[in-house]
Amino acid sequence: MNLILKIWRQPNSKSKGKMVTYPVENVSPDMSFLEMIDMLNEKIILKGEDPVAFDHDCREGICGMCSMFINGQAHGPDRLVTTCQLHMRKFRDGDTIIVEPFRANAFPVIKDLIVDRSSFDRIQQAGGFISINTSGNTQDANAIPIEKDDADKAFDAATCIGCGACVASCKNASAMLFVSAKVSQYSLLPQGKVEATDRVLNMVNQMDEEGFGNCTNTGACEVECPKGISLENIARLNREFLISKVKT
Amino acid sequence: MKKNNSKKIKKNGNGKNLMDSNIPKGPLSQKWTLHKSKINLVSPSNKRLIDIIVVGTGLAGASASATLAELGYNVKTFCFQDSPRRAHSIAAQGGINASKNYQGDGDSTHRLFYDTIKGGDYRSREANVYRLAEVSGNIIDQCVAQGVPFARDYGGLLDNRSFGGVLVSRTFYAKGQTGQQLLLGAYSAMNRQIGRGKITMYNRHEMMDVVIKDGKARGIISRNLINGEIQRHGAHAVVLATGGYGNVFFLSTNAMGSNVSAGWKIHKKGALFANPCFTQIHPTCIPVSGEHQSKLTLMSESLRNDGRIWVPKKIEDVKLIREGKLSPTDLNEKDRDYYLERRYPAFGNLVPRDVASRAAKERCDAGYGVNSTGEAVYLDFSAAINRYGKEEAHVKGLDENDADLVKKLGQEIVRSKYGNLFQMYEKIVDQNPYEMPMMIYPAVHYTMGGVWVDYNLMTSIKGCYAIGEANFSDHGANRLGASALMQGLADGYFVLPYTIGDYLTNDIRTGKIDISAPEFEKAENQVKSQINKLLKNKGQNSVDYYHKKLGKIMWDKCGMSRNEKDLKSAINEIKRLREDFHKNVFVPGNDKEYNEELAKAGRVSDFLELGELFAKDALERNESCGGHFREEFQTPEGEALRNDKNFTFVSAWEYNGEPSNAIMHKENLNYQEIEVKTRSYK
Repeated sequence: MNLILKIWRQPNSKSKGKMVTYPVENVSPDMSFLEMIDMLNEKIILKGEDPVAFDHDCREGICGMCSMFINGQAHGPDRLVTTCQLHMRKFRDGDTIIVEPFRANAFPVIKDLIVDRSSFDRIQQAGGFISINTSGNTQDANAIPIEKDDADKAFDAATCIGCGACVASCKNASAMLFVSAKVSQYSLLPQGKVEATDRVLNMVNQMDEEGFGNCTNTGACEVECPKGISLENIARLNREFLISKVKT
Repeated sequence: MKKNNSKKIKKNGNGKNLMDSNIPKGPLSQKWTLHKSKINLVSPSNKRLIDIIVVGTGLAGASASATLAELGYNVKTFCFQDSPRRAHSIAAQGGINASKNYQGDGDSTHRLFYDTIKGGDYRSREANVYRLAEVSGNIIDQCVAQGVPFARDYGGLLDNRSFGGVLVSRTFYAKGQTGQQLLLGAYSAMNRQIGRGKITMYNRHEMMDVVIKDGKARGIISRNLINGEIQRHGAHAVVLATGGYGNVFFLSTNAMGSNVSAGWKIHKKGALFANPCFTQIHPTCIPVSGEHQSKLTLMSESLRNDGRIWVPKKIEDVKLIREGKLSPTDLNEKDRDYYLERRYPAFGNLVPRDVASRAAKERCDAGYGVNSTGEAVYLDFSAAINRYGKEEAHVKGLDENDADLVKKLGQEIVRSKYGNLFQMYEKIVDQNPYEMPMMIYPAVHYTMGGVWVDYNLMTSIKGCYAIGEANFSDHGANRLGASALMQGLADGYFVLPYTIGDYLTNDIRTGKIDISAPEFEKAENQVKSQINKLLKNKGQNSVDYYHKKLGKIMWDKCGMSRNEKDLKSAINEIKRLREDFHKNVFVPGNDKEYNEELAKAGRVSDFLELGELFAKDALERNESCGGHFREEFQTPEGEALRNDKNFTFVSAWEYNGEPSNAIMHKENLNYQEIEVKTRSYK
């Protein structure tokens, strides 16, 4: 099939960007979206021009590196996938496709479709861990039985890939879904309860400092999350935060 | 490595152990304990005076960075991704082995050790493998304490599953995302240290070269991938945790950015590169669908717990299936060839990966492949869905003979075990694997070969270490499933942080490493001139053009089966391709901006050298073992035929200009505890 791409081009964080139109021909429906961009880039390179820069690595939906905003949706029109898992069979011959970076104040553009998500790392550094040394001198793993239901919920929260689709989809550019996933994982496990108070306060503080917006419960984040992280986690984060505020 | 060693090797030929692997003395089961109690320690106050560089943030790099920082060293960690959490360990699916014996099925340290040595076809280092098995249980304890959400049963205890090449259930897992959960655990431990200022993290930075001063690794030259800045970083030791080199095949299950460059750069500076031809071709990957394909996707080995692999018995049925006139679900049991169960009754669908891959290739080469390219076999869950459905119906007191109900219940159980994998398959292939058997074919997945290290994980450059997939030591000629995660974390959490102290005791009075030293300047200039050369080349082919060509040579001639003629031709073809690359590659843009083509060009340039050494290593190893299958050396039944008399050694290559001029050193493998036998999974 043949398509028209309108892609955000921005040489670096300091200069202004603009949409540039590229026709692409002979796209196979079995290609992934990124393979279609690869094909476009090969042509751009052979013309001696600068290829479209985009983040990608594992190309199997788990590393969280790819991050395009396609036709107004983070990771494009399909549900529960990242851009690398989006296949061209989801589009039709003759379609015009608009490709932009994830947009948020806390995610400045580095080049074209690449944004800087190190704010997510800094939130994790503020408290997204259990303070235990990796010496291996811990108790036997089975000495801490955990109710299966809690363990499963903790796992579901922990599957967040940190891609930032929640932020890009939110009209407030809020990072609540991301932060709540980590807070939930640890608050559901006995190992994480010990420092629960500090964790939630520190992570929420850092989130605010990074310039993410507030949550107004529109739920776009849950819809666009490639891993289906549930809004329930935000409710849990709010409870944890409230309890911690009262305690301190 | 001194040149006179290589002269020695020529005189002595086979049979003399020329590489000293520094294995401690004593009985096998005591070696690690005794070694740990004897090695020198750096005092807490002196650790503050010592800087360590870690390159790579997969399981090995992240766990090592965290542990070294906790111990008190100043750590600088580098990754090319935008966050350490994205390293490719994240994609590991199935699980991690540990000899906890929670299932009471007779597991033990010795059995895990034995299975791993046997799985590696007796080409791994006994003492390292024993240590790995010994610390395996600790890894699980550590990860649970960190909050890694492993799968649990209704009693709240940890669940296990089974993997290929073993007869016990020792694999711990978190659905099909075990690597992700373990890496996020190690990443969280790192984050804690980054927050405390003990780790300085360099995201989107690539190591360009190692700097050696007075025979010791004293730092690296790095490149900031965002603005192209070339930087010098000094340290008292350098640790490479840079993963494997499967992308030399272009198509593999590795991430797009996975590369050999860090390992290859230190190889060119004197580190020996061991067993480059030992590559794992994983049996269950989604088949190639067309020319545009950029990477291959693995379907976890854990699926072989419940999936049965088959092709049709009759070639007429194969034709009808390929033409779309017959559905595999319409084929009777008696018309299906469950070839693994037929050939290997004891292990069935759970034979090791090398065996399963070759068996698939054998059937497809014989014309029984079930997709349009003839390169696919079925992985079928209908029997498991039926079995689980009946069990569930029984438990719930429902009608076990209601086929629709049983199917529905069974599908739910399978979804709870492998949901994310089935979803991945459906998205890529556009077929529902709950209804239709999956189509799978082998693909390059892991490289057992890597930088040569001694028992302390030090390379042949003093003060330079290699851990995780980047080194060679634990998996021999074939890695068992769920052992890579185990090795990465064992090296990073429990081995390297202690062995490195022994070396660093000599550095407590060294002081900061001076990065204005001429060695740094020289290394930096070299890096800059390589970059300029690539950018000034006014060629007409893209970097991918060469990478794809190299991949095709590697897959056709150094892939699942190899022979002398093809390997010799591969060496020549790769050499010519490399010359062409340096004349005709075109790299757009400049070196002061984000330029992925430039980064790729550097990596592909190293792959073009490694590929040649790979083929040479495969050519010199005149035997079949594990993943290295030489057509000339096989049993009448088509099984790998080892030559223990002449090849029970590690080939450790010394760089000597052109890769085909590399000099081979040998580390003889001596087995103290186990009897070397023919591997049989029948």
